[in-house]
Amino acid sequence: MINNLVDLLSTKIPLGDWVEAVVDFLIINFSGPLNLFSGAIAALIDGFEGVLSFGHPLLLITIFVLLAWKLKDGKVAVFIALGLLLVLNLRMWDYLVITLAAIITSVIISLMLGIPIGILKAHNRAIDLITRPFLDFIQTIPPFVYLIPALMFFGLGNVSGVLATVIFAIAPPIRLTALGIKQVSDELKEAGQAYGCNTWQMLYKVELPLALPSIMLGINQCIMLSLSMVVIAAMIGAGGLGEPVLRSLSTVDIGLGFEAGLAVVVLAMVLDRLFGRDE
Amino acid sequence: MKVMEIRNLFKIFGDKPEQGLKLLNEGYSKTEVLEETGLTVGVNDVSFDIKSQEIFVIMGLSGSGKSTLLRCLNRLNEPTAGEIKLAGDDLLELDQEELRQLRRDKFGMVFQNFALFPHKTVLENAEFGLEVQQVDKSVREVKAKEALEKVGLAGWEEQYPEQLSGGMQQRVGLARALAVDPDILLMDEPFSALDPLIKKEMQNKLLELYYQLDKTIIFITHDLDEALKLGDRIAIMNDGEIVQLGTPEEILTNAKNDYVREFVQDVNRSRILTAEDIVTEPLDLVYEQDGPHTALHKMRNNQISSIFAVEGKQKLKGIVKMEDVVTAINQGKEDLSGLIQEVSTVGPEENIDSLFAQMAELDIPLPVLDDQGRLLGIVIKSNVLANLAGNKV
Repeated sequence: MINNLVDLLSTKIPLGDWVEAVVDFLIINFSGPLNLFSGAIAALIDGFEGVLSFGHPLLLITIFVLLAWKLKDGKVAVFIALGLLLVLNLRMWDYLVITLAAIITSVIISLMLGIPIGILKAHNRAIDLITRPFLDFIQTIPPFVYLIPALMFFGLGNVSGVLATVIFAIAPPIRLTALGIKQVSDELKEAGQAYGCNTWQMLYKVELPLALPSIMLGINQCIMLSLSMVVIAAMIGAGGLGEPVLRSLSTVDIGLGFEAGLAVVVLAMVLDRLFGRDE
Repeated sequence: MKVMEIRNLFKIFGDKPEQGLKLLNEGYSKTEVLEETGLTVGVNDVSFDIKSQEIFVIMGLSGSGKSTLLRCLNRLNEPTAGEIKLAGDDLLELDQEELRQLRRDKFGMVFQNFALFPHKTVLENAEFGLEVQQVDKSVREVKAKEALEKVGLAGWEEQYPEQLSGGMQQRVGLARALAVDPDILLMDEPFSALDPLIKKEMQNKLLELYYQLDKTIIFITHDLDEALKLGDRIAIMNDGEIVQLGTPEEILTNAKNDYVREFVQDVNRSRILTAEDIVTEPLDLVYEQDGPHTALHKMRNNQISSIFAVEGKQKLKGIVKMEDVVTAINQGKEDLSGLIQEVSTVGPEENIDSLFAQMAELDIPLPVLDDQGRLLGIVIKSNVLANLAGNKV
C-alpha cells in the first residue's frame, strides 16, 4: 500500500506532455482555420499600423490633440500635445505606433466579444454561472502565462501578442456590462415592459443606455489592461514599446529603460484621459 | 359598462405555485401556505369588475397585495390562476406578442418612483410609449407635446428629469401614459412619494384630466384620504384579498369588518385639521433691505393692507401696515425698522378650532412658524371657515 503510494508520488504525471500532445493535435489538424484566424488578426494589426503611420507623426499628434479638444477640454489637449511630442523627441514614436495598433486591435476584439457576452451574462443565469469561474481564472493567472498558449498556436509575433492581450483584457467589459445591466432598477424595466417593449427594444432603449456608464468604465479598463499586456507581449516578439523595455532589461541600460518606460506612461495617460470618464 | 372582469385571480410567488394554489383551495390561509410550502401568496382569489371610465381605487397597507394585483392586470406579474377579461378577450390566453400589442394599445402605467429614464429629456420620456410603437418621430413629438401641455409642463420639454421636482417628474410620468392615449391608466401609488401640498395639487390635476378625458383609471394607494377623494369605487385589500368593495360612502358608513372599521376610524382621527393643512403662501413679503417705498409697492400690487417682514432665512420679524408705511414715506424715512409690529403666531400643529378662536379677534392673517421661528405660511380667516364647513367626514 505505502509502496504503491511512494511509487505514485515518485512517478511524475506527464501533464506537460499531454498538453503538448493536445496542442500538436490541434495545430496539425486545424492548421487551416488557425492560419485563417491569425491571418485576419495580422491584417487588422497591419491595417491599423498603416493608418497610424500615414503621414508625418505630427499629423497624428494633431489629430489626437483635436480629439482631446473636442471630447474633453483644453487642459487635456495641451497635456496630450506635450506628452506625445516628448515621445516623438525621445525617438520612441515608431514603437508607440506599433503598440497603439496592437491595442486598438485587441480592444476591438475584446469589446466585440465582451459586450455581447456581458449582455447574455446579465440575462441568463446559466451563462452567468458558467462564465464566472472562467473570468475568475483569467483575472488571477499572471499575465505572462497567457503568452505560452498564444505562442504555441501562433508562434512569435504580434498576432500572439494580440491574442494574449484579448484574453487578459476581456474580463472587465464582460463583467461591467453585465453589472450595469443588472443594476438597472426594476421599476424602469417594468416601465419598459408596461409600454410594450420587446426583447430588443428593452435592450437598446432601456438596458444599454442605463448601463452605459458601467459599460464605458469596462471599455476604459479594457484599454488600460490592453496597454499593460501589449508591453509584456514584447517577450514573444510582439514589438512596440515593450521591445526597448525588454532590451534595456537584458543590457541593463538604465537610460533606455527610463525613456521607453516614460513613453509607456505617456501613452497610458493619453488613453486614460481621452477615453476615461469624467469624474 | 364593464371594461375589465377579473375572476378568481391568484398570484403565488415561488417555485411551485400549484402547490400553494391547491392548499388555498382547500381553505388554508396565506400564513399557513407560507409555513407549509414557503410560497408567498400575493393575490388570493380576487374577483371584481372595472367599469368604463371610473376611477377604481385599490387600497391597502404595504404587503396587502395591491401592487401585485395591479401588475397582474397587465401581466407584469404573471397570474397563477384565474381569468382577466378585457374587451371580451381573456388576457391570460394571449401569447407574448399579443400581450405586447395589448400593453401598447390599452394601457398606460404610472409608477410610484416615477420610473423616468434619466438619459432622456422630458419630451423623450413622454414619447417613450410611442417610440416603442415605432410611431414616426414627428408624429410622436406632437402627441408627446400635447400630453405635456395637458399635465402643465409646456416649456419643460428639453429638461432632464433630474432637473425637475418630484411633482413635476410625476407629471412627466403622467404625460408619458397619456401620450399613448390608452383606455386604461394603471397608477401604482403615483403620489405617495410626493409631499402633502404637491400631492393635493396632483390629485386635483388628475381629477381635472379625468373629467376632460375618457379614461378608466385604476389607482393604487395606501392613503384612505386619497382613496376617498379620487375613487368612484374603492376596493380595500388585506392579505391578498379584497375585504370590501364599495363607493366611498359605503366604505365610510358601512364597514364590513373590523379591518375596514379600524381603517376608517383611523382616518377620522387623523382628519382633525391643523394649521399645517390650511396654510397658504403669503402673496409677498418684505425683506431686510426693503424700504417703505418697496413695502408700499408690494402691498399695492397685491391689494393687501399689511405685509409680513422677514429676515435671513424666512425668519419672521413682524408685520408692516399700510397706514404706517404711508406716514413714514411722508416723513421721508428710508427704512422700515420702526414700523414693524410684533404679531401673535402659531405652530404648524395647532388645532384648527383654536385657530378659529384666535383669528376672530385679528384683522390680519395669522403667521404659522416652525420651531425655529421661520415663516411656513399664513392662515387666512376665510380658509379656516371654508375648511370647517367642508370638514364633514
